[in-house]
Amino acid sequence: MRIFANPNYNFIKWRWHALILSVAIIWTGVAMMYLRGGLPLGVDFSGGTTMVVQFAKPTSEDVVRKALDPVSADKVVQKYGPAAQNEIMIRLPMMKGQEEGTNLEAGVNQVTEALNAANVGSFTIPSKELVGPVVGADLKQKGIYATLFALAGILVYVAFRFRFTFALGAIVAAFHDILITLVFLSWFHYELSLNIIAAILTITGYSVNDTIVVFDRVRENQRLMRREPLDQIVNKSVNQTLGRTVITSGCTLLAVLALFLFGGEVLRGFAFTMLVGVITGTYSTVFIAAAIAIILSRRPPSQAAVPAQVRAKRA
Amino acid sequence: MYKNLRWKLIVIAAITLLAVWLFSPPKQKIRLGLDLQGGVHLVLKVQTDDALRVETETTSEQFHEALKSAKVDVASVKPVDLTTFAVEGVPPGSDQQFRQIADEQVGQSFDRDTVNGNYTFKMKPNIEKARRDEAVAQAIQTIERRVNELGVSEPIISPYGSAGDEIMVELPGLQDVAHAKEIIRNTALLELKLVEGGPMSDQAALLQPYNGTKPDDMDVVPGVSDVAGGAPVYYLVHHTAAITGRDLRNAKQTLDENNAPAVGFTLNSEGIAKFTRVTEANVGRQLAIVLDGRVQSAPVIEGRIAQADARITGHFTNQEASDLALILRSGALPASLTYLEQREVGPTLGADSIKAGVAASLIGLSAVTLFMLFYYRLAGINAFVSVALNLVILLGFMAYLGAVMTLPGVAGFILTIGMGVDSNVLIFERIREELLTNKGVRQALAAGFDRVFITIVDTHVSSLIAAAFLFQFGTGPIRGFATTLFFGLISNVFTAVFVSRTLFEFILSRKPAGATQLSI
Repeated sequence: MRIFANPNYNFIKWRWHALILSVAIIWTGVAMMYLRGGLPLGVDFSGGTTMVVQFAKPTSEDVVRKALDPVSADKVVQKYGPAAQNEIMIRLPMMKGQEEGTNLEAGVNQVTEALNAANVGSFTIPSKELVGPVVGADLKQKGIYATLFALAGILVYVAFRFRFTFALGAIVAAFHDILITLVFLSWFHYELSLNIIAAILTITGYSVNDTIVVFDRVRENQRLMRREPLDQIVNKSVNQTLGRTVITSGCTLLAVLALFLFGGEVLRGFAFTMLVGVITGTYSTVFIAAAIAIILSRRPPSQAAVPAQVRAKRA
Repeated sequence: MYKNLRWKLIVIAAITLLAVWLFSPPKQKIRLGLDLQGGVHLVLKVQTDDALRVETETTSEQFHEALKSAKVDVASVKPVDLTTFAVEGVPPGSDQQFRQIADEQVGQSFDRDTVNGNYTFKMKPNIEKARRDEAVAQAIQTIERRVNELGVSEPIISPYGSAGDEIMVELPGLQDVAHAKEIIRNTALLELKLVEGGPMSDQAALLQPYNGTKPDDMDVVPGVSDVAGGAPVYYLVHHTAAITGRDLRNAKQTLDENNAPAVGFTLNSEGIAKFTRVTEANVGRQLAIVLDGRVQSAPVIEGRIAQADARITGHFTNQEASDLALILRSGALPASLTYLEQREVGPTLGADSIKAGVAASLIGLSAVTLFMLFYYRLAGINAFVSVALNLVILLGFMAYLGAVMTLPGVAGFILTIGMGVDSNVLIFERIREELLTNKGVRQALAAGFDRVFITIVDTHVSSLIAAAFLFQFGTGPIRGFATTLFFGLISNVFTAVFVSRTLFEFILSRKPAGATQLSI
């Protein structure tokens, strides 16, 4: 069995449409994020308290929210995990004691007191994350560094193996995927945590991976079809690798979907990020990376298009 | 043809067995992160300023003593800030002698500066750094001893972060976090000081004999009242301690003469010598036992004591007494600690996460396998074998390196499945393409693997670069993920290229030469 037995779609023709669509999504998404006051940062980066409270009997979010009104106006109260567990996640911004570094557990203590006072029945706190201001800032900086250095490393490698415009195409596509993913995360109210940063970096790798497969084929075809213009070669390469692109993405999607549906509450944000990333990564491989590479290398393809060391190796 | 086939199969079998041997039994060999087994992760900051302040204070005091005994009569020796102390009023006639004593006593670690006959001494930058580093190293050792005494299994205590003054403490499976946090953080500075006045309920009354001003070499210290919950009392004690926690050899929970919980401690030989000297010279006076700046009790010295054992009393509960003994045994912290970060996962939550993670992995693997079998027929088995082997080798790597399996690590496993499948799909698609050009099966296989090898190298190297940076700059969960990703990539090159190819060759070796059919 074979899908896309002999595909010959004209992807390159659609490159401007694709670019406009992507820019539109990113633009509205970023505008929305801006209106909401920036990306929602989880405690890992903003500092503060996240805790999961497990109640002995079913307790609604509204009851908990009301009970916590005196604690903080800026709290998030959400159902957590399967309904039968009666778990509720509470997130608080940085409290006074935490800010000063005198009492990291200030938030937890106040929540415990408020819940006791509100008479909501007995409860336990199976998990809590308390992050002080210094650590939050530190983690934020490290997250950004990790992403930028990883991208720079990939840029250098791709530029070395292919050519600079291709490397730029791959990096633009990767940035595109990161932005689209961030937009979707914000639309679906996921907060940026360390786990989600890890997922974003993974889709960066995945996106570049996908792009390299196509570029690799372009490099091979450039030697076979020397007289063809670059956009024809690129289009042919995208078509030739289309079966692989779709099957691989499909398989990864299956694995990630399993993670999203059955991986439990802690991995849900991670899996959601991967889900979005795999889809946009595939889309950007087909429509964005190649388009950027072509737009940037607007000159007739010649032998110089293939780096010398590659030619020597293949000879 | 394929004469090396037997050897290749042997290599694959050997590597598989080695990996399995490395990680079995998995329950012991694969270490689980706190998010999976439950426990608490803490990040503390060592207030290294404290250590510098103490260093500057003691140095200035010792210097003052040395000046006194050399009869160089200066007006004052006072710490100015963390790393500086000032000497004022050096008599012009003794200037030469003063400088000589200064060079001998503090010249090694302090820089001298002079303005109008007044001197300032500033700690040298390299000494300051060394003292800060020492404070952190010493804090780590102390915390290690305390945590071990608490009986936590496999704790991790290590320097953390780039600032150089943070410590990470991970305690798996711990139940009473609040208690552990208190034990870790307690400074436990024990000092025995001679009492000059008190106990009195009024601070001003204490200073009456000195016309209301506190003498430089004495301190007013609050004390524990004789009756539990009574009004606070104050003592006037010598600033310099006769005995400190460093002179201790051991401490344990015991009972006082009223059978109330108390802490008994044993002095080391140096401590005994000091104790003998002090008790001999001060019979009839009170010796205060000061803990973290609070007088616990102030017994009267009945006579010269040349023994090693003493006791701290003062309204302890059993728990308090045993905690105090533990802390004293493990030594004092060189500086105070503050908590920066705390993450707690209950053990049941961790177990749920493992179940969910493993279930998701198995479901994902089965779905992908079914698809591959359907789409690539017998070659799908090939893909399954190489992906499964990839996971086995990855587990072996993890066990060998002692890497910790975290929840994001589980996600890394799932991603490894994805990459393994990707490599196989790349190869299979290429083989199909080559078969379409009517090459023989053998040539198609060879061409498929050879061409795709370059692609696989490119994709893997770029992912390895990303994983390396993730590990370098990432923290906690990101690192766990980067580790699995990194070794998953490496073993994937082996399984997707070498193992998969060998399997194809094995299949071909059972077919007549020049076969044109391949189940792919």
